[in-house]
Amino acid sequence: MVNWIWLFLIVVSVVFAAFNGRMELVTEAAFEGAKTGVTVSFGLISILVFWLGMMRIGEDAGLLRKLAGLLGPLVRFLFPDVPRNHPALGYIMTNMSANILGLGNAATPMGIKAMQELQKLNPDKETATPAMCTLLALNTSSITLVPTTLIAIRMNFESAHPAEIVGTTLIATSIATAAAILADRWYRSRVRPPLVPAIKGTGGPSGSGESGAGTSLLS
Amino acid sequence: MYEVVTLLSVWAIPAMIVFIPLYAAFRKVPVYESFVEGAKGGFDTAIQIIPHLVGMMVAISMFRASGAMEMIVQAMRPFFDWMGIPSEVLPLGVLRPLTGAGSLAFTTELIKTYGPDSMIGRIASTIQGSTDTTLYVLTVYFGAIGIRRTRYALKVGLFSDLVGFVAAIFICLYIFG
Repeated sequence: MVNWIWLFLIVVSVVFAAFNGRMELVTEAAFEGAKTGVTVSFGLISILVFWLGMMRIGEDAGLLRKLAGLLGPLVRFLFPDVPRNHPALGYIMTNMSANILGLGNAATPMGIKAMQELQKLNPDKETATPAMCTLLALNTSSITLVPTTLIAIRMNFESAHPAEIVGTTLIATSIATAAAILADRWYRSRVRPPLVPAIKGTGGPSGSGESGAGTSLLS
Repeated sequence: MYEVVTLLSVWAIPAMIVFIPLYAAFRKVPVYESFVEGAKGGFDTAIQIIPHLVGMMVAISMFRASGAMEMIVQAMRPFFDWMGIPSEVLPLGVLRPLTGAGSLAFTTELIKTYGPDSMIGRIASTIQGSTDTTLYVLTVYFGAIGIRRTRYALKVGLFSDLVGFVAAIFICLYIFG
């Protein structure tokens, strides 16, 4: 689907640009966009280096495992296929907490680290696992308690009640997250049937079954 | 509640920065060495994201410059008018999943033009605050670990954006209306 959206955006842009006489602007925008991509990635270097270092200390101290062990039934419900006490659950937990508190620059490194941990459990390194899709769904809809940036902007424009949108935002974000979780569950239930028999059907040790499924998907 | 959460947000990071190494030192972890060891991976991860982010940003930036969005919005305007929804917020529904910076700029523009306490200002604030930029999150998270087949992840993200967008509008109309 990403392939199609990407192609769609580019083709539609050029067609509309021709139609609107904006071809030069669109060409310029293409290179401007490339520059933004690099700038944003470079901006990520500092926060990734810092937080990954910090989280390594936590991991070496056994803090993340502990956190994963403390996890409530909610996270086990959301990530049934991740083994208990796996560090991935600890990172998922920190990622979710950072999102809830609106700590964007901490949430991204934790999320990436959680993805890297989930990737270790992935038999086919190029295809997303259901757990990865769930983590992504939680992050795209990201529950935030206080949208600090927006409150600041509303203050700048002299709002009488800058924080009055906290309640509406919380309700909207909860509904969006619930929708994401439901959709994710639905897709999970649809994906599971063809996957499970394929692994069980090989009859051999589960390890070889999984790698077999992986290579058949790749070819 | 707002004050408590804000306080928590302000304290969360410094508390973590102090607590994690302190706890680790207590458990006899060589904290600084651990930090450097883990931090090493950060650079490579960020560099690995570049091709993904450049590809996505090029497409989104072209799309915004082409004027295609304005035409989509124009086409949907009658439906919004018929529903009694201020159509000024409509571009946000398209922009929000695509670009965080772009939709924030658009929200700021709406707040500036119509005032933060207008219905448009409130709806725009709520939409902007209630979801994250799906395409960006997908690009960065999956780019960092080299996932090529994203399966249904994007569909779920976009679906939840749509639900969030509609929910934000109706909640604001109901609460502030």
